[in-house]
Amino acid sequence: MGDSIHRINRREMLQRLGMAGAVGAIGGFGARRAAAADKLVVGVIYVGPRDDYGYNQAQAQAAAAIKKLPGVTVVEQEKVPETTDVQKTMASMIEQDGATLLFPTSFGYFDPHVLRMAEKYPKVRFAHCGGLWTEGKHPKNVGSYFGYIDECEYLDGVVAGHVSKSKKLGFIAAKPIPQVIRNINAFTLGARSVDPKITTQLIITGDWALPVKEAEAANSLIDQGVDVLTCHVDSPKVVVETAERRGIFVCGYHANQAALAPRGYLTGAEWNWITPYTTHVKDAMAGKPMVNFLRGGLKEEFVKTSAYGKPVPEATRKSVDGLKAQMVKGGYVIFKGPIKDNTGKTVIDGGVAHQQTDVTLEQMSYLVEGVIGKV
Amino acid sequence: MKRAVEALAIPIAALAASMLVFGVFMAALRQSPLEVYALIYRGAFASAFSWQNTLARAAPLILTALCVALPAQAGLMVIGGEGALVLGGLAAAIAGHYLPVMAPLGVKLAMAGAGMIVGGLWIVLAGALRQYRGVNETISSLLLTYIAIAVFNHVVEGPLRDPASLNKPSTPPIGDANMLGHLPGMDVHWGLGFGLVSCILMYVLVRHTTTGFALRIVGGNARAARLAGLPVARLVLLACFLGGAAAGLAGMVEVAAVHGSANASLIAGYGYAGILVAFIARQNPLAIVPVAVLLGGISASGGMLQRRLDLPDATVLVLQGVAFMLILASETLYGRLKLGRAKAA
Repeated sequence: MGDSIHRINRREMLQRLGMAGAVGAIGGFGARRAAAADKLVVGVIYVGPRDDYGYNQAQAQAAAAIKKLPGVTVVEQEKVPETTDVQKTMASMIEQDGATLLFPTSFGYFDPHVLRMAEKYPKVRFAHCGGLWTEGKHPKNVGSYFGYIDECEYLDGVVAGHVSKSKKLGFIAAKPIPQVIRNINAFTLGARSVDPKITTQLIITGDWALPVKEAEAANSLIDQGVDVLTCHVDSPKVVVETAERRGIFVCGYHANQAALAPRGYLTGAEWNWITPYTTHVKDAMAGKPMVNFLRGGLKEEFVKTSAYGKPVPEATRKSVDGLKAQMVKGGYVIFKGPIKDNTGKTVIDGGVAHQQTDVTLEQMSYLVEGVIGKV
Repeated sequence: MKRAVEALAIPIAALAASMLVFGVFMAALRQSPLEVYALIYRGAFASAFSWQNTLARAAPLILTALCVALPAQAGLMVIGGEGALVLGGLAAAIAGHYLPVMAPLGVKLAMAGAGMIVGGLWIVLAGALRQYRGVNETISSLLLTYIAIAVFNHVVEGPLRDPASLNKPSTPPIGDANMLGHLPGMDVHWGLGFGLVSCILMYVLVRHTTTGFALRIVGGNARAARLAGLPVARLVLLACFLGGAAAGLAGMVEVAAVHGSANASLIAGYGYAGILVAFIARQNPLAIVPVAVLLGGISASGGMLQRRLDLPDATVLVLQGVAFMLILASETLYGRLKLGRAKAA
């Protein structure tokens, strides 16, 4: 891969840029519509290490997949903090590597870094993970992609509900923000659909990567009698390994962690970023305008579940597969009223059904009944 | 003359040696050392673009390095610049948003003042604990950093959270008008300018004023300084305040030039990287500038190595580690160089 980038020398670069400019001028499309190209340099930026068994690895898997597309060169940089460093990294990919499509994958890159670079380089496309791109507020060469992973969390919860003996589940979360809260709630709703006596004990660690605190949280939950753990932190590695060592069950997150817990891994909620990556790459190569708001769930193949682990009984697999089939068909509603929060207040009225696409779900700030914890 | 030759020749020789060692390491990974050198040069210093990349990365380190170098003049080993930075940034964000409406220049000054005072007082805490209670300032400043980050997170995610900041808890924005822009003609923010000016001012203070002289006497031998009638406690606290103020100013710059509000992105480890810079610069405020530029350059070219050769980020840490080990080791050469001796004679 080192070689391929060197083959694009400056003259070629200029020719391509010139061609893009000329076609743009003739067509009168302006900045939003670049010419179709048979070659594309894509830059992918990670906030942590690419092999973290988690958030970054899920993105890196998609990067590895688009690398195989004809004409696509991928340049990658890992462990880039959410400071001016990421602005300079984006600019370097554009100016030094000739990248015209960037995937700055950390949520914290969006405002101000991606927005500032998008303004400075109006011909480059910026596909950001997790943000809430808003018409009229954000530039057209920026897009946000995200997945309805709460569908997988719900299925995880159902599996956990079937397998748990103590009826106590544990959830270790990084921060009390809407994306995380939605997962906690979906997991709990799934479990309580099996048995309404089930509770989810929540521990919030405070940051995305705090391995020591995550291990402490896992141990303390297990000491309290929790027998299925799951988490929403950047790298679930520590939580999964701790659960396995202590002999309890665990559901994965972000990527597949089955290899870390061969005995206790039930299933997991995984991203399938290959889908949005491919969409953005193909659009960029075809010169089509960028899809600014890209979302999808199981149906659209933005997310997937890990293959069932050994401890999941056949009957459970069947019933969960049935649910999953409904979700793949589309229209399955997880957040359907009446839903109470864990203080007893009704948060979704009876008869109200929030479809997955409903952006009010992306502003969630309450924990549903059955979650033991506070945000 | 001999000193000047040494001061240049020794670090350059150490750098050359570290490049050699790194080249061997790269060759062991089946990468061409020459190609690696070329990429490092291109990534960090070959063009106006790469220079700006380097300088932008160096800017915050200059200020946080002062947070180590200034207390060091008084003999204190303070490593808590990160805490002063985040709290300084938080204070600046609060000042920027909550002060009554006034002209942007006034707001900027108030933000800088708030950041510097809060940062300064934070390090004064460590200094006072050492001066009046005999608590080791290295440990206390490090532990104070954890407290600072906890306080910061609590305030940002709790009482002062902007309700509009959904998935990234932040304080309310200070507003575009109050943002510090870039240095004229460059894509580098004002933090670089502030850092340069601070380093020069502090160099003059330390080397060319009686206060600075007194400070260094305290650093050399606090008991002798006390016997000589110097106000030791005041000098120690002054050095801590100035150092903390520099780190607090770095936090203010991060808020006012980069993020526009205080949020967890402020906790980026600049305070810790500054420790490295100060030590390599041998606590000399003026030497901090080239060392920070070197570190910025390594970081800038590290990106290039990752992207072109598909190397992991850890490669850069190896280069950084080798370079700094050799620079530190080369300190034993001062006054022992045959070349220098011959010239002096």
